[in-house]
Amino acid sequence: MGKKSIETLVGLFVLLGMLGLVFLSLKAANLATFSSGDTYALQARFDNIGGLKARAPVRSAGVTVGRVTSITLDAQTYQGVVTMGIDRNLQFPRDTSAKILTAGLLGDQYVGLEPGADDKSLAAGDTIKQTQSAVVLENLIGQFVNSRAAEAGSVAAAPGGSGSKSKK
Amino acid sequence: MNPLAVLGATSLGVLRGFGHAAFFFVDLLRALPASLRRFGLVAAQIHAIGNRSLVIIVASGTAVGFVLALQMYYALVTYGAAESLGLIVNLALVRELGPVVTALLFAGRAGTSLTAEIGLMKAGEQLSAMEMMAIDPKSRVLAPRFLAGVISMPILAVLFSAVGILGAYVVAVMLIGVDEGNFWSIMQSKVDVWRDVGNGVVKSFVFGIICTAVALYQGYETEATPEGVAYATTRTVVIASLGVLMMDFVLTALMFSTP
Repeated sequence: MGKKSIETLVGLFVLLGMLGLVFLSLKAANLATFSSGDTYALQARFDNIGGLKARAPVRSAGVTVGRVTSITLDAQTYQGVVTMGIDRNLQFPRDTSAKILTAGLLGDQYVGLEPGADDKSLAAGDTIKQTQSAVVLENLIGQFVNSRAAEAGSVAAAPGGSGSKSKK
Repeated sequence: MNPLAVLGATSLGVLRGFGHAAFFFVDLLRALPASLRRFGLVAAQIHAIGNRSLVIIVASGTAVGFVLALQMYYALVTYGAAESLGLIVNLALVRELGPVVTALLFAGRAGTSLTAEIGLMKAGEQLSAMEMMAIDPKSRVLAPRFLAGVISMPILAVLFSAVGILGAYVVAVMLIGVDEGNFWSIMQSKVDVWRDVGNGVVKSFVFGIICTAVALYQGYETEATPEGVAYATTRTVVIASLGVLMMDFVLTALMFSTP
């Protein structure tokens, strides 16, 4: 085999490798879907962020418009400060509200933005005022158990019934 | 000999072996710039190591993709999550199976041939003859092969993963009927280019260094007999495979310890 043909084959091999890498990054990973270069930052404070993680999607009307870039705790108010990178082409009104929602029953958590009606838009670095914390399953169950207990208590307090039995 | 002396002698022997291998590796690295200047030698070796391993890598990648897709489908369809099959296959291949299985195959396919080639060169005293002619066999024979192995390995691993994902696509979407849009979009939303694909490439690069260096060292230090070459070839596969598996654990712990 001549030297030229070996070089051609090696070139082909390297080209195949590059094609594989392009396929992996564009078709099978997130390089094409979202680039972090053209975003602006918005902040939101939540009393409880639940299981929200950095890089979680930010959605408005179900459409992904950005990603959570960082999560920190405000040492003064003990609130979770969520910083989001939003697509630069999209502007949201100043009275937009942010919620932490869950995809499906046990799915990943994401930030949902609901646009308000204000004429002015949020600028880079602004903080979203109206927020709603994540629903924590344990708290829900706790509330449910408490309300059942209260119901049972009111039944027991009624004259007669099963309440007097347990007191013996 | 008393037991204490035996223990001491064994430890010294082991340490001497490590030291010997380390000096060999440093010599090899020092010979690299010279071989970069004569890239034709490296290209010929890439052809021998990389191109010739292409068939086995592509075939195994496709097979692994097929099987992973089938097994994952049976497991996931119980939970109604068949669409995330693509994601699981992708992450498994890109993070672990691509680099590791490619490295194991590479040690078996290319590592053994390197060891045998250099071992026979040594047995036939070709290496000594080169030294007689004031040609450093490390920079003329070993360094181009090392460079070729380190260049070929990441390319092969990337191809393994890519072909595996395509194999999973064939089984999941074309044969089973998983939704095509979901198959790709779940992958694209959950697989990160730098964290997953990038770390996979870094892994395969490290494995390339391990496999090629072990193969060259075993060949270079072989006993100059037929049994010696056979023994060195076996040791190449064993040491390179174990080294790759151990290193994989360390690298995985370093790369993916944070969620």
